[in-house]
Amino acid sequence: MKAAKFDYARPRDLAEATKLLAQGNGAAKALAGGQSLGPMLNLRLARPGLLVDISRLEELKAVSDGGDHWRIGAGVTHSRLEDAAGRMPGAEMICLVAAGIAYRSVRNRGTIGGSLAHADPAADWPLALAALGATVEIAGPKGKRRVAAQALMSGAFTTALDDAELIAGVTVPKLSAKARWGYYKFCIKPGEFPEASAAVVFDSARNAARVFIGALDGPPVALSGIAVAVAASGALPGAAEIDAAVARAAPSLDAVDRRLHAAVLSRALQQAVAP
Amino acid sequence: MDAQNIAGEGIGARVRRKEDARHLRGRGSFVSDMVLPGQSEVAFLRSPVAHGRIRRVVKPKGHESAIYLRADLEGAKAIVTPLTIPGYKPSEHHPLAHEKVRFVGEPIALCVGATRAEAEDLAERIELEIDELPALVDAHAARANAEVRVHDHWSDNLFLTLNFENGFAAGSAGADIVVKREVNLSRQAMVPMEGKAVLAHWDERADQLVVHSSTQVPHIIRVGLAQFLGLGEGQIRIVSPDVGGGFGYKCVLQPEELCVAWLAIRHRRPFRYIEDRREHLVAGANARQHHYRITAYADRAGRLKAVDAEISIDGGAYSAWPFTVGLEPGQATGNLPGPYDFRGYRCKTHCVATNKPGFLPYRGVARTGVCFAMELVIDAVARAAGREPWQVRHDNLVPATAMPYDNVTRKHYDSGDYPKSLLTAKEKIGFDAWRERQKRGEADGRRIGIGFATYCEQSAHGVGVFSAWGLPMIPGYDNATVRVTPDGGLELSAGVHSHGQGMETTLAQIAHQVLGVELGKIRVVLGDTALTPFSTGTYASRSIVMAGGAVANACKTLAPRLAAIGAHLMQCAVNTVRVENGQVAGPLRAVAFRDIAEAFYMRPERLPPDVDPGGLEATVAFKPKVDTGAFSYASHAAVVAVNTALGQVEILDYVIVADCGTQVNPMVVEGQTLGGAAQGLGTALYEETPYDANGQPLASTFADYMLPGANEVPAIRIFHTQTPSPYTEYGIKGMGEGGAIAPPAVIFNAVNDALKDLGVEVSETPLTPRRLLTAIAAAEARREGTKP
Ligand SMILES: Cc1cc2nc3c(=O)[nH]c(=O)nc-3n(C[C@H](O)[C@H](O)[C@H](O)COP(=O)(O)OP(=O)(O)OC[C@H]3O[C@@H](n4cnc5c(N)ncnc54)[C@H](O)[C@@H]3O)c2cc1C
Repeated sequence: MKAAKFDYARPRDLAEATKLLAQGNGAAKALAGGQSLGPMLNLRLARPGLLVDISRLEELKAVSDGGDHWRIGAGVTHSRLEDAAGRMPGAEMICLVAAGIAYRSVRNRGTIGGSLAHADPAADWPLALAALGATVEIAGPKGKRRVAAQALMSGAFTTALDDAELIAGVTVPKLSAKARWGYYKFCIKPGEFPEASAAVVFDSARNAARVFIGALDGPPVALSGIAVAVAASGALPGAAEIDAAVARAAPSLDAVDRRLHAAVLSRALQQAVAP
Repeated sequence: MDAQNIAGEGIGARVRRKEDARHLRGRGSFVSDMVLPGQSEVAFLRSPVAHGRIRRVVKPKGHESAIYLRADLEGAKAIVTPLTIPGYKPSEHHPLAHEKVRFVGEPIALCVGATRAEAEDLAERIELEIDELPALVDAHAARANAEVRVHDHWSDNLFLTLNFENGFAAGSAGADIVVKREVNLSRQAMVPMEGKAVLAHWDERADQLVVHSSTQVPHIIRVGLAQFLGLGEGQIRIVSPDVGGGFGYKCVLQPEELCVAWLAIRHRRPFRYIEDRREHLVAGANARQHHYRITAYADRAGRLKAVDAEISIDGGAYSAWPFTVGLEPGQATGNLPGPYDFRGYRCKTHCVATNKPGFLPYRGVARTGVCFAMELVIDAVARAAGREPWQVRHDNLVPATAMPYDNVTRKHYDSGDYPKSLLTAKEKIGFDAWRERQKRGEADGRRIGIGFATYCEQSAHGVGVFSAWGLPMIPGYDNATVRVTPDGGLELSAGVHSHGQGMETTLAQIAHQVLGVELGKIRVVLGDTALTPFSTGTYASRSIVMAGGAVANACKTLAPRLAAIGAHLMQCAVNTVRVENGQVAGPLRAVAFRDIAEAFYMRPERLPPDVDPGGLEATVAFKPKVDTGAFSYASHAAVVAVNTALGQVEILDYVIVADCGTQVNPMVVEGQTLGGAAQGLGTALYEETPYDANGQPLASTFADYMLPGANEVPAIRIFHTQTPSPYTEYGIKGMGEGGAIAPPAVIFNAVNDALKDLGVEVSETPLTPRRLLTAIAAAEARREGTKP
């Protein structure tokens, strides 16, 4: 379980990083916290010819208050967001989600950008950021572009990024004081990837009503019917309604998984609608 | 034990472990810490398929000399393990695959590089052509299938079938209650922190092959390597340094040990192999997989009359040396009746060859399985009788007044009060209050359940038991050497090994008990065939009984010699002196061992003319008076809260009431109990290596293989009683395995208690959310009268 041979480069800035990636022609890979890539290298599931280490790029490490949103650099670690609890008004959900990822030693290194790019269907950020209506900032040799967090992940472990592109950061709209949200995941043991997960955000002040479930075969799936219904009623839908919505959203789930996802979604909704 | 001793350093004292100082500072010395000049690293190319015929293996051009196949290992024999049980078929286990591969992860080629990564690069570049054969993945299917065979020269896929019957017809006749159950334990790995690790070199000065290996049984590895490599035993030295957990994984000769030793002999330089976690999870999934069909016959009150069982053990591809796959069915058949008193028993046990790693004896050896089956059935009988499971369990346990007791499989239970341990567990867990709370219901909708399990654990069993199985190696006498050093300290050495059991401390405590030398001046040497007397090693909860008894005997042999010299130095009669506190005390004064040792080694003119030429060193053996085993026993009790929406089980409380006879060091006993219980909880709730239909293991990293961690193991409360064994030195009983035996039984009984009203009964480990939710859904469907 040792990595195959690779070259290693440590670019000075984002521009150099994307240039190196472009030169790699698909054989170069960015290294951020290494919490997903490290094991894949050692298992020889990933065999890049060149590792472009972006973990020390200061440009990627800022967290800034943009007035109606927070901008979080791609290189910000989960633990920094966890530790920002109480200091990021309007992004309380971000801090809570960060604190629930893996365990502290993984959070100390793993980054929000790495997690989005890795695109594990069971990961926390793709789900939470979709529910929050976040936008992902992408830097490439040809400049920057932005995509909705919800649209970044195209399938299990695949994204809309091309080989030379890097995630630079995410912007997350702040929730208003009236916003209600819920986040629930069920793991066989804490620190493991979840069996089922759900994120819900209701913010009438911003016209937002989003309900997503995660830990499926592919990207998180929106349950807009439930979102609209709950936004209107402010009440928890019935069990049968939730079950049916999950079945529609994720038709390939078997009975046991559907039951589990419905139970998890109902808990996330409960957090949001609870008085 | 008197109070003074318990406060001191002798038997019963709660002293801290000597070995902790180095381990807590990260200064232990494991094979992976060792580097010899010119050392090469080894990686194995392992089979990617479960079953197939090897058509072609092509070494990459230019690297032929760094890669070895079976045919290259001249002089290395296949590991074949005989057993005298009629019908047993031994396997031929070549150190590298020969003609066929029989499980995913079986070593095919040996690759040598300057680093492990380079060795792995070579392994990748080998061209491998295998004609795949249908994989035998399920033991029942493999038994029914004689067309496809794991071992072509066999007539079927059975390692062996054991039949036992005693009083069954009489016992089962006219029973009021007949309860049938199917019980299943999944396959798992043992997952020691340190996997296999071996470093071999040739010592030119000693003209010896020196093998540093992470093993529980250094002397047995020497016997094995000598036998399978064709060397004289004197040409081999095995050193087992610090070992990061054994659990049975390291009590057999590993093909990897054979390969690396062969390289060192061939090239006369050092080679090292360190198993990585993926190799362990793939090629080491070799434990626990049992299937039971069990029927209990009882009277109206649930008093057992007879038990009938058919057990199927998924033995994997190969029978290990020296314990064989026969150990598991033997232990299962013999131990299923457990701590219970009934007179009718019939059991048929099949051990089936499949395309999986060969079964090894894991901590608890078969007893985790039989305890699981038996305890689930006891609860089922109680439900059928409409009585509390603890009551039915209690009424069936062998009573203290019946001890010593010969059970239905002719096991000789030496001592104990099994019912009292159960009643104590019931009291300590606060049974009545939990039943009350269970009736009231939980605000969060979870369901409370209370479970019990009682077992007895045969420890330190010897000649009679093992020779009945006809193993190639029968443990009998264990040896220890005790030497007084010139400064009056002690050096103890024994051929058992310690890999977490704290024997460097507890053996010293026993020596202290006899000779009174302070622990700080007692060194314990283990794990090196050059420095220790022969022992078959550490397994079967035997070491503290056997090596401890031998240390006591050796110390007792030295005591009169020390007394004679001491008396002479004090010029008094030998019958007026006592050996105590590291000195010889006479009527007027005392002489320290230091003075006696100085006289013996440095100032011989002071010695009496008739001094015992045996000197201040003795190697003495020990075997218990009756060597059918000293039986430890325990009752576990647990309270769980079951979330029926998520299929989640939380352990609210867990109590263990254990009796291992005289405790040499209660803190070490607790540590062993806790560690074992954590592993048992792993079996109960988390650990599993599932296979797909082609025999591919589906849990090859810790992302898929769940282990219990600090969050999952509750604050277990341990209580102890001490019923000394009449047969062993100081009444000590072994207890290294016990903790791992009962947790699956107790957790499942608790969950079944919680879900009784829903008609849910679970009986397959591990109890994952999926299994639990599936059982709940099936019960719902039954209630609604629809098909599940
Ligand atoms: C034991 C364990 C448990 C875990 N549990 C969870 C969990 O419960 N929930 C969860 O969400 N995650 C979990 N993770 C994953 C963890 O969150 C990782 O940190 C994350 O998936 C990857 O982030 P990283 O910074 O380590 O990225 P790396 O491992 O360095 O990279 C991952 C991938 O992303 C690419 N990449 C990295 N940064 C960028 C970028 N800025 N732009 C484009 N591509 C980039 C890399 O090239 C690589 O392909 C767990 C990990 C471990 C080891």
